[in-house]
Amino acid sequence: MKKLILRQKYLIDFTLSSLKRRLAKNLGLLLVYTLIVFLLASVMLFTHSLRREAGIILESSPEIILQRLVAGRHDLMPAEYLDRIGRIRGVTRKAGRLWGYFYDPAVQANYTLMVPRDRDLGQQEVVIGAGIARTRGVDVGDFLTFRSSDGRAFSFRVVDILEADAELVNADLLLVSEGTYRDFFGIPADRFTDIVLQVRNPSEVRKVAEKLTVLLPDARPILREEILRTYDSIFSWRQGIVFVLLGGSILAFVIFAWDKASGLSAEEKREIGILKAIGWETSDVIRMKFWEGSIVSLTAFLLGFILAYLHVFYGQAALFEPVLKGWAVIYPSFNPTPFVDGLQVATLFFFTVFPYTVATIIPIWQASITDPDAVMR
Amino acid sequence: MLLNPAIMALIGVSAVVALLLLLAAGFAIQVMRHWDIGSGSELQLNLERRTYLISTILSYAFVAELVSLLLFVYNAEAMSTQFVGAMCATGVLNVDPWGWPTLFLKIAVFFAGGVWLILNRLDNQGYDYPLVRVKYALLLAIVPLVIAEAVVQAAYFLGLNPDVITSCCGSLFTPESEGVAAEVSSLPPRTAVTALYASAGLALLSGLATLWRRGAALLFAGSGLLAFMVALVAIVSYVALYVYEHPHHHCPFCILKSGHDFVGYYLYIPLFAATVLALGVGALAPWRRIPSLVTAAAVDIRRFTWLSLMGFVLFYAVATYAVVTSNLTMQGVWW
Repeated sequence: MKKLILRQKYLIDFTLSSLKRRLAKNLGLLLVYTLIVFLLASVMLFTHSLRREAGIILESSPEIILQRLVAGRHDLMPAEYLDRIGRIRGVTRKAGRLWGYFYDPAVQANYTLMVPRDRDLGQQEVVIGAGIARTRGVDVGDFLTFRSSDGRAFSFRVVDILEADAELVNADLLLVSEGTYRDFFGIPADRFTDIVLQVRNPSEVRKVAEKLTVLLPDARPILREEILRTYDSIFSWRQGIVFVLLGGSILAFVIFAWDKASGLSAEEKREIGILKAIGWETSDVIRMKFWEGSIVSLTAFLLGFILAYLHVFYGQAALFEPVLKGWAVIYPSFNPTPFVDGLQVATLFFFTVFPYTVATIIPIWQASITDPDAVMR
Repeated sequence: MLLNPAIMALIGVSAVVALLLLLAAGFAIQVMRHWDIGSGSELQLNLERRTYLISTILSYAFVAELVSLLLFVYNAEAMSTQFVGAMCATGVLNVDPWGWPTLFLKIAVFFAGGVWLILNRLDNQGYDYPLVRVKYALLLAIVPLVIAEAVVQAAYFLGLNPDVITSCCGSLFTPESEGVAAEVSSLPPRTAVTALYASAGLALLSGLATLWRRGAALLFAGSGLLAFMVALVAIVSYVALYVYEHPHHHCPFCILKSGHDFVGYYLYIPLFAATVLALGVGALAPWRRIPSLVTAAAVDIRRFTWLSLMGFVLFYAVATYAVVTSNLTMQGVWW
C-alpha cells in the first residue's frame, strides 16, 4: 500500500515539474477551463439560492389561499364566506386578507398595498419596503402622497421601513391600516381580497382543499406546496435553458481540450520517448497523463467554483441577474444566503470534468504508445 | 420532460459511456478473433497497444457510472418537491414505470464494471495476458447492459410528468398494498432479522474460508450476493424502522437524509463495496492456477477478500448499532 502511494507521489511530482516546464501552454488551457467552470457554477449557485430563498419565504406563508372567481376572473371575497366555510377539521386558523396593487405614476412602478395582521397602524401611517424608500428617496418621518381610486389625495407619514434582509418579498410593499385601505380603494366593509387557511398536518392539506371546493364552488384554493413546486420547476427550467445555451461553449471547450491534448510538441514527444527508453511502461505514461489531467481539472474546478461563489454571493451575480431573476422598476437588491450542495457539485463535475476527460482519453493513449526509437531518431 | 441540469448531465453521461463502450466492444470482437500472443505481426502489436486504450476507457467509464448512480439517487431525492405526492426519492422513482428499472440497471452496471476492473487488474499482472479473451467476452456481455441503462434512463426522464400524482414511501412501502415493495415491507421483522444475521454469518464464514482455502471463493461470491440482497430487504423491512424510530415507515432513501445523520451512506457504501469485491474474488478464483497468474491471483484474492470482509463487518456493525441505539422499542410486539 505504502509503495503504491509513494509511486503515485513521485508521478505527481514529475507531472508537476513537467507542467511547469510548459507553463504558457498549460496556463491557456487552465484559463479557458476555469472560465467554463465559473460560468456554469455561477448559474447553478445563483438559481439554487433563488430556489432556496423562495422556499424559506414561503415556509411561513399559509398552507391554503382561497380566491373567489367570477367568470374566470379573480374577484373580491364576501366576508360571509368565512362563515360558510365553518369548521373544517384540520384547519387551525382562517382569516380574510386585504391586499392589492397600486400603480405609482411618479416612478412608473407597481406597489403592493397590504393590511398587516400583526401591527396596528394609524389612519395616516404607512410602513414601506426598502425598495420604495430607495426609489422615492424617503425615510422615516417623510410623507408620501397618492391619488386614490376616486381621485382624492391621500397623504401618508412613513413610520417604519421594512427590514432589508427579506427584500426579495417586501421591496415594493406598503402597509396601511384596514380603514385606510378600504377607503383608498373603495372596497366595502364586507369584502376581502382573499381568504387564507392554516392547516397543521401537511397530509391533510389536499383533503381540506377538496372540501373547500365542494363548500364554495366559485372559489379556487391555491396550495402552498403547489406554489413551491412551481418555483422549483421554473428555476430548474431556467437553469436548464442557460445550460443548453452554454452547451455550445462546453463543446468548444471539448474541442479545444482535444486539440491541446493531441497536438503534442516535438519536445513533449521526445520526452515521452526518453521516458519509455529508460524503462517507463505504456501504463506508466498513461498514469502520468492521468495525473496531469487531474491536476489541471482539479485546479480549474476549484478556482472556477470559488470565483463563481464570490461572484454570486458577494458580487450579486452581476452577470446573470437580469436573465435568471427577471426585471422590474423597483427591484429588490438582495444577497442570497451562501449555500452549496453536493448535487450541484456532482452535476457541475459532469458538465466540465467529464467532457474534458473523455476528450483527452484518446490523445493520451496515442501519446503513450509512442515508440522510443521513432521519436529519438 | 424536465429541463433540469442534473437530468441533462445524467442523460449525457449515459450516452457518452454507452458510446465509449460500443467503441470498446468493436475492439473486443477484433481481439477475440485475432489475438495471438505468440505472433509478432503488426496486427498483434496494434491489438496489444489498443488494450491500454480499452482499459483506460473502461476504468473512466465505470467511475463515471458510479458517480452517476449517486447523482441519480441524489437527484431523485432533490426532485421530490416537484411532484405531487412525492416526499423523497421513492415518490420520484414511482412517477414513471421506468424509474425503478433504471436504478436496478445502474446498480447492475456498477457491479459488472467493478468485476471487470478486478479481472482486468489480474490479467495485466500476467506477462502473457492469459485472460484476454475471457475479459473481452465479459465486456461484450456488459455492453448491452450499459446501453439498456442509457435507454431506460432516457425513457424514464422523458416520461417524467409533473402532473402525475405519485405515491410516496409511506404508501408504497406498506404491507397492505401490492407489488414487490409491499412484499418486501410486509416481511415480519423477526424473519428479516434472522435472514440478515444468517446471511451475515454465511458471508463472513465463507470469506474466512476463502482466506484459508482459495477454493471457497465462489461460495464467498455467492453468499456475498445473497447477503447483499438480504441486506437490502432487511433495510426496508427492519433497519430503516429503527432509524426513523417509527414502526411503519419503510423507506430505503430517507435514511440518506441529514435528519437521520446520513446513516444511509454508512450502510450503503460499505455494503456495495463489500459486495462488488466479493463478486470480484469469485471472478478471480477460477484462474488462480494459470501459471503466469499464480502469485498475483493469490495476492489479489487475499487482499480483496480482506477488504470485502471489512466492508461487510462495517455494514453489519452500523446496522446493529442503528437498531441498538434507537429509541424505538418493539418488545412484546415483534420480539
